[in-house]
Amino acid sequence: MADWYTNFANSGLGTTITKQLGLPRPAELRRYEPGEPLLPGPVVVGSAGQGRLRDTVTAVLRDAGVTVQSPVTADGGTDGEKPGAVVLDATGLTGPADLAAAHDFLAPAIKRLRRSGRVLVLADPPSDADSPAQAAARQAVDGLVRSIAKELLNGSTANAVYVPEGAEGSLASPLRFFLSGRSAYVDGQLLTLSAADVPAGEDDGKPLAGRVAVVTGAARGIGAAIAKVMARDGAHVVAVDIPAAGDNLASVANEIGGTAFQLDITADDAPQRLVEHLRERHGGVDVVVHNAGITRDKLLVNMDAARWNTVMAVNLQAQLDLTQALLDADGVLKPDARIVCVSSQSGIAGNRGQTNYAASKAGVIGMVRAWAPEFAKRGATINAVAPGFIVTEMTAKMPFGTREIGSRINSLQQGGLPVDVAETIAWLSQPGSAGVNGQTVRVCGQSLLGA
Amino acid sequence: MATQNPATRKAAIVGGNRIPFARSNSAYAQASNQDMLTATLDGLVARFGLQGESVGEVVAGAVLKHARDFNLTRESVLGSRLAPTTPAYDVQQACGTGLEAAILVANKIALGQIESGIAGGVDTTSDAPLAVSDDLRRVLISLNNAKTVQDRLKALARIRPGMIAPDMPRNAEPRTGLAMGDHAAITAKEWQIGREEQDELAARSHRNMAAAYDRGFFDDLVTPFLGLARDNNVRPDSSVEKLAKLKPVFGKGDPDATMTAGNSTPLTDGASAVLLASDEWAEAKGLPVLAHLVDAQTAAVDYVHGGEGLLMAPVYAVPVLLARNGLSLQDFDFYEIHEAFASTVLATMKAWEDPAYCKEKLGLDAPLGSIDRAKLNVHGSSLAAGHPFAATGGRIVASLAKTLHEAGPGKRGLISICAAGGQGVVAVLES
Repeated sequence: MADWYTNFANSGLGTTITKQLGLPRPAELRRYEPGEPLLPGPVVVGSAGQGRLRDTVTAVLRDAGVTVQSPVTADGGTDGEKPGAVVLDATGLTGPADLAAAHDFLAPAIKRLRRSGRVLVLADPPSDADSPAQAAARQAVDGLVRSIAKELLNGSTANAVYVPEGAEGSLASPLRFFLSGRSAYVDGQLLTLSAADVPAGEDDGKPLAGRVAVVTGAARGIGAAIAKVMARDGAHVVAVDIPAAGDNLASVANEIGGTAFQLDITADDAPQRLVEHLRERHGGVDVVVHNAGITRDKLLVNMDAARWNTVMAVNLQAQLDLTQALLDADGVLKPDARIVCVSSQSGIAGNRGQTNYAASKAGVIGMVRAWAPEFAKRGATINAVAPGFIVTEMTAKMPFGTREIGSRINSLQQGGLPVDVAETIAWLSQPGSAGVNGQTVRVCGQSLLGA
Repeated sequence: MATQNPATRKAAIVGGNRIPFARSNSAYAQASNQDMLTATLDGLVARFGLQGESVGEVVAGAVLKHARDFNLTRESVLGSRLAPTTPAYDVQQACGTGLEAAILVANKIALGQIESGIAGGVDTTSDAPLAVSDDLRRVLISLNNAKTVQDRLKALARIRPGMIAPDMPRNAEPRTGLAMGDHAAITAKEWQIGREEQDELAARSHRNMAAAYDRGFFDDLVTPFLGLARDNNVRPDSSVEKLAKLKPVFGKGDPDATMTAGNSTPLTDGASAVLLASDEWAEAKGLPVLAHLVDAQTAAVDYVHGGEGLLMAPVYAVPVLLARNGLSLQDFDFYEIHEAFASTVLATMKAWEDPAYCKEKLGLDAPLGSIDRAKLNVHGSSLAAGHPFAATGGRIVASLAKTLHEAGPGKRGLISICAAGGQGVVAVLES
């Protein structure tokens, strides 16, 4: 499913018209389907700098059944099939001069990339550099990747993962995510890994099998999509929403074989009730997705206290209170638990008329960062996902112009779908994503807002 | 030697679900009994994760049933997310239907015949069955049986304008022609139940129910339906002063009539369901046990010639139940007396307090005594929620079970439900 314009631009007549008028030509994105291979073609792996990750990357790709190709030579010499992805191991950069190798490798490889291809650059974090020259080279990766993401066509994306020394073992899950259709709308992002104990032997078909996942705001929209994807990946989903949305909530729960739990997360006793429910019915919880959120838009100068307070209560305070209660309740939050909090592009870029919403969503990012070390001690993680322009019932109600502009000003020239947010959250919820902690992953198609 | 049944066990009440109750011809005007019962079952399935599960039995019923509602419960099961291999049957005992259904399921669990079951009930007075007159019905049957065009025309020619008017369903007892409210008015007068105490009971019912909603008590008992999230009859601001302004509607011709639309239950649409199980089944599924259904009793009175009020049968059923279980009327932490009319609740309690009545009518040595009013219908009852006949039992059983569970283990509750036809169904629950 895509938006009307994407459908039109990809139709026979639409192709002609959009080409002649020079209109945006958004591609139909490759999205994950269970059972399909990780990528439709081979991966070209190359390096700049010393490249300490090549063996790890090759092993992960071979385990996933992907063919690994050698770098394409600059003179255009080809090595068989067109690649589905290009991975550059840029670890071990010593200074800007090393980056020439990045150019040499990427340019010819990207030229041959398939539709909905993937470019992934792995590098050391600039923050642990030994010298200004090394820091400069590492930081250069940031600009390099963001720019590649803007150059890519046909639904292809570019992202980077910073892998500190010792975090090599955490790489498999992010590597698979960024190359797969699960990351269709994640573009131009830079993720920093941390060292963690990553469980071995994960079933990629049902990575959440046997896990109990709570999803708040699950009655509709992005929340319902999250619940569905989590259930598809094998989790038992406890779908939570306010009692007034209970009929939709029951439909979602019944569709995915989960359970409905009607709860106003802002009620005084909500944390206690959630804890008791999870303890009594499920013996604890593995995954909590704080998705419930509301908007009460108004310019700050016209905003009453009620609008401010209700948005803050639902979008931020409830996430803090529920998480704290789960941490405090002995044995309810499983040791390798995953918490994923839904933030927003508005929380990064700000948005006119959304001071309350943007403040709450920025708060989520701060909360996640602050809690990460405590979660890491337990073997658990807490991360945020910041959706950009996602096509939902809510955006369908926006005025035509605002909606169209909102959905086009990103590198993929289209709005994302609720499933794109859901896939990212489901990935962060996997046991294998232990090395991703305290991060905020934007699902925005590299939106220009807050970029 | 014949095989013996295993020792009996007490059925556990795991939880319940209902849709909000709606005043007649309001939110559910377009919904059928089957729509409402199916939605209620689906809400229960979602709450307890029973998708695709086959429970031992689903027992439910409706009081006002269309001819098309043949096999209503089984059809609702087939339309729900329960496994199509779940057996189901209908019962009907007027307003006692829902509680009777729960007793039937609990008894089968007690005997080890099933491990789990769902009891429920549904009723709509908006989508009430409308019958044609007997005369017209006979013509239509002969029309249907006619083999030739001539016979058909002959049959049609027998239709007279007077036959066209439908036979409207009436809320009246077939043997007396009196509406239930008129019967209750007679009892109210007999027992000298005053207007003010009725209005007080009604106001308290609304306040209790509104408070229960506000504190989230119904969050895991009610699932919204067709845009309604709360019973639309509940009036949180109800007061004795406001109720005092209403004109009496029952006891016509009596200048001292006391029963108004405010202290009588309005006609309502709705459905409810309760999940019962053996303790083992609940534990294996990780589901809670809120309470157990300890025992139950029914009774009937001869309201046609016996000089007893239509709705007084529970007064007779309760002492039998108490005696069998070695309990006194005061041995309960909570009482759920169905508020068909405020006067019925008050007359019931007054009868139990009356030494002469208890001796002469109930054959007791001493009166049963009084009930601590603070323990009565603490989360509101039918006056506030409304009373879709067959759905009332499921509402009360689930709410009381949760109330007992919240109060802690070893708490006891008494349910008393009066029903048309001079019947009563009562039960004891224990956490």
